[in-house]
Amino acid sequence: MRENILFSLDTPYRQSLLVKGWYFGNPEQKSLAVMGAMRGDEVQQMYICAQLIQALAKLEQEGALSARCGILVIPCANQASMNVGRRFWAADNTDINRMFPGYGEGETTQRIAQRIFSALQGYQYGIHVTSLYVPGRSLPHVRIMETGYDHPEEANDFGLPYTILRKPHPYDTTTLNYNWQIWDTQAFSLYSEETTEVDPISARQAVDAVLRFLAGKGLCRPVAGAGEVTRIFHEEELHNVLATTGGLLIQRLALGAHAAAGDLLADVLNPFTGAVVEHLRTQVDGRVFFIHRSHLINGHDVAYRILPEQG
Amino acid sequence: MVKHVVQVPLAAGEDLMIQKNSIGSGPKRLCVVTGTHGDELEGQYVAWRLNRLLQSKLSHLHGQVDIYPALNPLGISTMTRGMPLSELDMNRTFPGSSQGPMSDYIAAKLMEDLAGADLCIDIHASNIFLREIPQVRINVNTADTLVPLAKYLNMDFIWIHEAATVLESTLAHSLNAIGTPTLVVEMGIGMRITRSYGDQLLTGILSILSHLGMWDLPVMPVAPPIISSDGAVSFINAQVPGLFFPSTDHKTHVEEGQELGVIADPLTGQIRQTIHSPASGLLFTLREYPVVYEGSLIARILGGSL
Repeated sequence: MRENILFSLDTPYRQSLLVKGWYFGNPEQKSLAVMGAMRGDEVQQMYICAQLIQALAKLEQEGALSARCGILVIPCANQASMNVGRRFWAADNTDINRMFPGYGEGETTQRIAQRIFSALQGYQYGIHVTSLYVPGRSLPHVRIMETGYDHPEEANDFGLPYTILRKPHPYDTTTLNYNWQIWDTQAFSLYSEETTEVDPISARQAVDAVLRFLAGKGLCRPVAGAGEVTRIFHEEELHNVLATTGGLLIQRLALGAHAAAGDLLADVLNPFTGAVVEHLRTQVDGRVFFIHRSHLINGHDVAYRILPEQG
Repeated sequence: MVKHVVQVPLAAGEDLMIQKNSIGSGPKRLCVVTGTHGDELEGQYVAWRLNRLLQSKLSHLHGQVDIYPALNPLGISTMTRGMPLSELDMNRTFPGSSQGPMSDYIAAKLMEDLAGADLCIDIHASNIFLREIPQVRINVNTADTLVPLAKYLNMDFIWIHEAATVLESTLAHSLNAIGTPTLVVEMGIGMRITRSYGDQLLTGILSILSHLGMWDLPVMPVAPPIISSDGAVSFINAQVPGLFFPSTDHKTHVEEGQELGVIADPLTGQIRQTIHSPASGLLFTLREYPVVYEGSLIARILGGSL
């Protein structure tokens, strides 16, 4: 294990932002790069990368990494925001993950993105451990942007039950995942259940998924078990269940639960009287894939996303 | 007549309402929208003045003018640039979807309401960091259609910028894509109102109303704007963090090599960077907020080959 400062950025009134990377395996090889927290609230994502560093250090010591395996892990590139409780870049509220591929002569977050991207260049595979933009929890999954350079079958090696294919929206074209692919890295976004809080169970799932991926590519001795057969589907297959009115959201079905068509998912209550103003039901048989995070819900907010049964 | 364009129930005893005031009637329609970013207030003054002016001279208006002062009412009422809760930039949510989540639904309903207007003017105000001269920004792909219209707006500068995929989710791009001509105005600075700029734009709006055959009173002549592409614009970014103290005024002509200001270190008293102009030309953007990081935009100069 080798620890390096990848780049630094001087800041007014505070210590410089030091972005560090941890390297494992053969220094001549660029097999896999793992990017962690770029937003200040991605505590779980930083934790997953930190746990991965622990696991890789042990595997390296045991000689479990192959000769052609070279790994870089960057657990966090935005502690300047994390330490003051801000999600985006604390000075101007811009999102580093909307600034790729970055620009070295541009604005601050464009420069940070450019330096991150420069450190991540040339790897065969790239994993961005990231969080949903919308507030909510989803089942752990891998997400691939359909750029024309994508190879969804490669995601089988994660052994996670779900892989989502996403057609890029215009705003996706400035994310790390999209640009990584354009620049010849097979890129995957890895989503865990949590963001702001550490959830050790789903973090373990994520770490195991990365270790399985390495083993599947012949870069590491198998250590994490076989995993599951992944179901690859397009994002549009998820059925959104929207609230039509605002109120208190009282969930009746949990994340991951199976729901039959017509089943009650949640009630929306009048926040002042407690009267039920809306029953939210699923129109399809399927699994609860996403749940709105807050107990306050507005009209047209997505309360649930249901993944229909196959076939 | 004040109308509700979008109404969405919020969680606790309140509805989000986006409203417009429709003034006049007739087959032609001009829309003036602003307040997409909650920290941009320059358009509020224009909306207020235009409302008063048109209502006081209604018989001279031939057509309908719709004024939307606050596309992002939660943002503007809470001094928040994006959409509160989701932190989404509202101007990256268009054209939206009526079946989608709240931000998409709002965007789709706005599109539905604005579609088909003879012209839409989308007023922005830079952000809290930078002061801008009154300008119209136009995507190069729509320049042939929009530049002739923009010349009536009485702005100092028309900036024809390169197309970028990420900008395809803006209101202006989405409206232009469906054939509703939309001009984006940038002027002044966030969280403040520069009334002289607002008055200047007001003259331009009357001028374009007259051009569209919607206004029959004499209008003041408008000065021809400078028209430029990206190639003639020089960007100056801070190379070090600190406090920026300008030594030139905004909206002045500067010479190549002229000092524009310094970045100072209040802890040591040192000057960390002296900033010189890379080109001769018009200082059309100047940093107003003093605290800078490496990369913070300090100024833009319009010079070189126009």
